This record gives sequence, C-alpha cells and structure tokens, in this order.
Amino acid sequence: MKCDKCAKKATVHLTEIVDGKAMELHLCEDCAREQSQVMEQQFGLADLLAGLTDFGKQIPEVRKSSVSCPVCGLSYEDFRKFGRFGCAHCYQAFQAQLKVLLKKIHGSSVHLGKHPQGDGLMAVTGKPSDSGPSADPVAGEEPNELESLRARLQEAIRNEDFEQAVQLRDRIRELEQNG
Amino acid sequence: MELNDLIFHTGEWLRGTGPGANIVLSSRIRLARNLVAFPFTNRADKKILDEVLRTVSAAVREIPLFADTTLFSLNEMDNIDRQFLVERHLMSHDHAASPAGKGLVVSREESLSVMINEEDHLRIQVLHSGFDLNGAWEAIDRIDTALSEKLAFAFMPDWGFLTACPTNTGTAMRGSVMLHLPALVMTRQINKVLAAIAKLSFASRGFYGEGTQAIGNFYQISNQVSLGHSEADIIQNINGLIRQIIEQEEQARQVLLVQNRAVLEDKIWRAWGILRNARIISSQETIEQLSMVRLGMDVGILNGLDHKILNELFIMTQPAHLQKIEGKKLNTLERDTKRAGVIRDKLQSMP
Repeated sequence: MKCDKCAKKATVHLTEIVDGKAMELHLCEDCAREQSQVMEQQFGLADLLAGLTDFGKQIPEVRKSSVSCPVCGLSYEDFRKFGRFGCAHCYQAFQAQLKVLLKKIHGSSVHLGKHPQGDGLMAVTGKPSDSGPSADPVAGEEPNELESLRARLQEAIRNEDFEQAVQLRDRIRELEQNG
Repeated sequence: MELNDLIFHTGEWLRGTGPGANIVLSSRIRLARNLVAFPFTNRADKKILDEVLRTVSAAVREIPLFADTTLFSLNEMDNIDRQFLVERHLMSHDHAASPAGKGLVVSREESLSVMINEEDHLRIQVLHSGFDLNGAWEAIDRIDTALSEKLAFAFMPDWGFLTACPTNTGTAMRGSVMLHLPALVMTRQINKVLAAIAKLSFASRGFYGEGTQAIGNFYQISNQVSLGHSEADIIQNINGLIRQIIEQEEQARQVLLVQNRAVLEDKIWRAWGILRNARIISSQETIEQLSMVRLGMDVGILNGLDHKILNELFIMTQPAHLQKIEGKKLNTLERDTKRAGVIRDKLQSMP
C-alpha cells in the first residue's frame, strides 16, 4: 500500500474517528513523523485530560502570540503540552484562553464555592475580565461573599454574559435564603 | 505517633459502620490548595519544596485541629513504608513514587491526611466510614478554614482556588464514595450503570483511585466538575447519584436471591472455603473472594461476621502490609503464602 501523502510504501496505518465516522490514513515513516508532530501540537495534554480540544479555532490570535506567565515563565504552549500551570499567576497571564478552557472543562467559568478566610489572604485578586497579566498579587481584605457576588452579577449583566448572570443570581438567592 | 503504630489496627474509616455500610465502604473528600507565594510543585526545585514543607508544617503545628497528627517526611522512609501508606489510602501512588521534598500529615484515627507537595502544595483528605460525604465535608471545611487563616492560598474570586491542573480549579474539591457492587456485576448491569455515571459527568475508578482497575467489585465514584457549583451542591449531586446506585444494587441482590439463590450460595460458600483453607493466595484473588464473603454476610447467607474484620483483611493482605507484619522483604511466593496465613488466622475465630 502506498503512502497517502507521497508515493513511498505506507508502514503506518491510522484510524481516526471523527463525528462517529472512521477515517483511515496510510503513511510512510517520514510522513507519519511529520503528521505526529502536527498532532502533538494540536492535542495538548490538558485538553486530552479534559476530553476536549480547542486547537486554535476560538482564539487563533492568542495562540500565535505565545503568551508567557511573567512570574514563572511558563508559556501557554507549554501549558497545553503538559496540562499543568506553573504558578498561580499563570491564571492571570492566560486569562483570555482560560475563560474558554474552564468553561469547556466544567461547563462554567464562575466560582460559586467557598472563599478563604482571614485578612490579607486574598492572595491573587482581580477579575479575569478586567485585570491585566501585569496585575500584582494584592493582599487586601476579602469582601463579604454576598457583596462580591452582587458586584459580579452587575458586571455580568453589563457584559451581557447572561449565562453567568443566571448562575450568580441563583447563588445569591441561595445565600440570602440560608442567611 | 510512629509509622509502625499503624500496622495492627485499621483506620477509623474502616470500622465498617455508618450509614449504608453494607454497600458503601467509605466516603472521602479532598481539597487541593496552593500557596500563592511559591510556584506549583511541578516547577519548584528542591529548595522551594523544602520551604513549602516547612511553611505548611509550621501552620499545622499551630492549629488545634491537627493536635493528634504526625508529619512524615517521605524522603526519610523506605519504599515499603511509602507503599504501606498508599495501601492505607492515606496518600497517592504518585506521592510515593517521587518522595523528594514531599510530606504527609496523618491523624491518629487516619480520617485526616494532608499530602504536602503532591500535584498541589496541599491535598487535604478526610475519609469517613460508610455513606457520609456530608460529615466528611463538615470536617474538612473546618480544617481548610483553619489552614486558610495561617496560609495565603492562591485564590481568585471568579475562578476560586487555583490548582496546578485546570480540571480541579474552583472548589478544587473531589468527593468520592467507595461502593461494593457485586450484584450489579453478577447481573451484568454494571456497564449500564457506569455509562450513566460517565454521562452525568462523574468518574468511576478502582479500589486505589485514579488509574486503577476495579477489582473485587469495588468502584469509587467521584465528581469531575469543580467549578460553577458550590461545594454543597456538588455533594448533594453525588449523594443523589449514590442513592440511586445503592437502590439498584439492592434490587439486583434481591433478584439474585430469588432467581439464582443456589448459584449465589455456591459462590459465597466457595469463597469462604478458599479464604479459610488456602495456603497460597494472590492479592487479586483475596479481594475477589473477600467481595463474595462480604456479599454473603450482607444478604444473610454467612452469619457471625462483621464488616470490620473483612475491611481489615482488605488492607492487611496488601503487599507492603504483609512485609511490615513479617518485618522483612518478601518475594511474590512468600507474600502469597504469608497472605493466606494472615487470612486463616483472622477468620479462625469466626463460626
């Protein structure tokens, strides 16, 4: 059998399932090596872990610019390869990409759980939507959870992010009823 | 507390009582936390790991909730001791595999443990006997709050607790329940149940957690999603799912008792015979036969047994435990022989 890409003998046979249809690919060793590099770039471990792929469709401009975390130096490309962040500040550095990724993994990008206690422990503050990657970790007093949720609800409505607004509204109701 | 103090007793979570204990072995909640001042462990060198270890252990020493805990430095242990802690469900395989700069805090009752410098700086775990995620959450919530008063955790209001892997971001909480589902396996319904679990975004794993196979009809069910729901909501969702699985397992047990009683009795009595008489037995077969005996006890075919003894056997017959009991390294045949002996001794007193 001949390679699908050149005329050499095919020694590598791949079956890919796309939307339930099996597609076969027959490659020679050289073309297979080339193809495997392309595939490696397409499927980072983080995506595989979460059972999803966001290769470049949603945010091509960000991928090309190759963002890096200013604190630990991890690039977004490397994060995609290893599936692990290097430090807490990566979350700020990659915020544009993460908003999409977290939503794909969890079906939401809004935290509705517990906040840490105590003064000066809101170690990384700022919202993904308005603080830049250069924003320093700020030690400040944690606002009351309910107040913070209300502020985020207003912001979500301003941004017309209604899905997020609904989740925030439900959480606020829940807290109001319990407290 | 010395490590060897643990050998001849089992953790509080294995006492085999508590709600739904005939089907639910244990309930576990773990929280991942990171210190904002340090890079995550995958990008930390030895010096930073040591610093994290020092910072966390200093905080732990000041918190009364940790009064009866001991901190172990994994570096100072041998392989068998580390494996011993994995077998007791106090830490992960990964934590044991590369011990440099890693620590483990364990409470005397073994219901609380904290892995230091695993994938995240802190992996806090509370294990309870039976079906009791709510109780485990209450306990771990208090512990986490106390820790967060001493340690600056990486946190963002919009995204919650920041973890090394994005699949944990948010509450960074995983609740999991260990279920014994022999009747669903025997009636060939288990795959249907597991498929439904996966569809609902829950994960099912084997006896030793992530990456392990289901053996002896034990399945660990946990949440996958950690962002977009409060901890209470996530727990409520798991509880709802677990209640349904328990109901299905109970129905399947009734079906077996009514339609296949002779076959079921035969399997159970054979398992009892093997465990009481075998001279050489592998750990895989041990768990499989213990599963049958446990079922026999739960459906009233075998009497005079209690869950605690069976639970203890699950743990004490693991390879590192056998070697700790014997006090030396054993090869496979020696382990299989020792294992058979430990089981016979333990079941001797039974009717």
